[in-house]
Amino acid sequence: MSEEERMSDNPLDRYEPVIGLEVHTHLKTESKLFSPAPVRYGGAPNHDVHPIDLGMPGVLPVLNEKVIGLAIRLGLATHSTVNTRSVFARKNYFYPDLPKGYQISQYEEPVVSNGWIEVEVPVKGSGKKRGAETVTKRIGVTRAHLEEDAGKSIHDVALSGSEGTHIDLNRAGVPLLEIVSEPDLRSAAEASAYLRALRSILRYIEVSDADMEKGQFRCDANVSLRPWGRSQFGTRTEIKNLNSFANVEGAIEAEIVRQSEILDDGGEIQQATMGFDVERRKTRVLRLKENADDYRYFDDPDLIPLMIDEELIEAIRADLPELPEQKRERFEQEYGLAGETTAILVASRRLADFFEHCARACNAPKAAANWIARDLRQELNERNLEVDETRLEPDALASLIRLVEEGRLTTKNARELLPELVEEGGDPQAMMEERGLEAVSDTGMIDEWVTAVISGNAAAVESVRGGDDKPLNFLMGQVMKAAGGKAAPGEVRKRLMEMIRGDG
Amino acid sequence: MLALYAMSRITREDVERTADLARLSLSNDEIESMTHDLGQILDHVEQLQALDTQGIEPTAHAIPLATPLRADKASPGIDPDLALANAPSSDAYAFVVPKVIEAEEG
Repeated sequence: MSEEERMSDNPLDRYEPVIGLEVHTHLKTESKLFSPAPVRYGGAPNHDVHPIDLGMPGVLPVLNEKVIGLAIRLGLATHSTVNTRSVFARKNYFYPDLPKGYQISQYEEPVVSNGWIEVEVPVKGSGKKRGAETVTKRIGVTRAHLEEDAGKSIHDVALSGSEGTHIDLNRAGVPLLEIVSEPDLRSAAEASAYLRALRSILRYIEVSDADMEKGQFRCDANVSLRPWGRSQFGTRTEIKNLNSFANVEGAIEAEIVRQSEILDDGGEIQQATMGFDVERRKTRVLRLKENADDYRYFDDPDLIPLMIDEELIEAIRADLPELPEQKRERFEQEYGLAGETTAILVASRRLADFFEHCARACNAPKAAANWIARDLRQELNERNLEVDETRLEPDALASLIRLVEEGRLTTKNARELLPELVEEGGDPQAMMEERGLEAVSDTGMIDEWVTAVISGNAAAVESVRGGDDKPLNFLMGQVMKAAGGKAAPGEVRKRLMEMIRGDG
Repeated sequence: MLALYAMSRITREDVERTADLARLSLSNDEIESMTHDLGQILDHVEQLQALDTQGIEPTAHAIPLATPLRADKASPGIDPDLALANAPSSDAYAFVVPKVIEAEEG
């Protein structure tokens, strides 16, 4: 148990959270679900709208062919049933950014149902810190259905520049898959791990770019609590419109606290739609749910049921790329990788491809994995770039790694070349030679430096002779300084020890 | 499905609730006559339900067509001035509506 869990005021001592997520993900299409208007982000308001998106009288929706293949891919990648028949339904509600007064969605017969994905979740009590122990957990995918997005309401005067609510319908009609999980998640950290795994799958199969900042990947969280050991679920609330991983975790944690305080006081949870106040880190009730019939769903008479051929499903199955979990297993077996490094590499298909190319070229897969998952990823994060958006070629990184592996370049100097390789590209060996960075492993040179350092640091040398190894790093540092950072560290350490102990 | 499908007789409360969901404001007389008329429609449907439909696939649409599809090709939206032509109020190409206090997205 972590220190947090030992504290008596932790709600998790008394209650088990039960969490299910609904994810809305924008599909990777050029045009909208039912109209030919373009799907773009950040354009001028109402410049990408078609009369169909505006809900003009007399218009008829025509389904975008591409979304069928995308829905099938999602279904297959989540071990779900792809239903050969699904039905579009109208979800009726009134809101200014919904011009028709209904959203075309799927209700009783969704296109995808009854699947699961595997998620690496933190082991309970191992905390949130990096490198926490994980275990594979299977999370059920209840269903996924096609629907159109609504427009955007801008309530903030600071953003809109004038009073009233501003409505931009560019987003109205953008194709979505709503992916609903089973209530299989048991903590905020598990919810976040599931979301990351799902996003990674969506990107691998090129169904969605799933960029949260662009609103392409949004999440609602259903949260309830029950006393430990009880099988029956408690009453749940739904937290709407969570648009970052941090907010998903923060909102779930805040809602767990809110519900536990009500339950501790002997109260009852009311079924409600909640919002998350990011500033105050608190959830609050937006509206109470009186009953589920509010939306008066019915089959849309403008649209014929969507029939999907088995042959199409099989053709797409044959064409499906290797998925993150499969890649992870293969990397572990083929390259002997393990743990968090593998997780980082396989989270992005582009990074995984870069790694494989580099690992083969340098024939040092573990070194390549470490370089890419740590040093290179840090460079990418700092610049907010994907690996294939830099000047660094996988062959160049492979060459850098080889130079280090062969002892010709110190790790420190190699690290210093990396930012330039990322920004400008280039050949590491040529850079090393031009700048005279090649490591000196000539024992004559190294002995000279070591001898000078030993004679100049008598006190430290005495301590080491007396059995205290602590000053050794200091002496190492002095030698490297004398060598201008170019001495092969292994050789320096060896000679230093030998000469201090007097057997060199 | 809506409660009114399952019952042969519709109550005044059903009508009031449905009108509320549809944002319709009905007078007392209208509620009375709606309750009566909708009840009659449901009675008629009830007669149809006497038929044995066991083993017959539900009809989702009257025309036996394959789903008509459109290739994923984008074409420009309509002229934004035209899109906004009937808007009672607009600003910088946005429709402007009275301030919505609570974000109630569906």
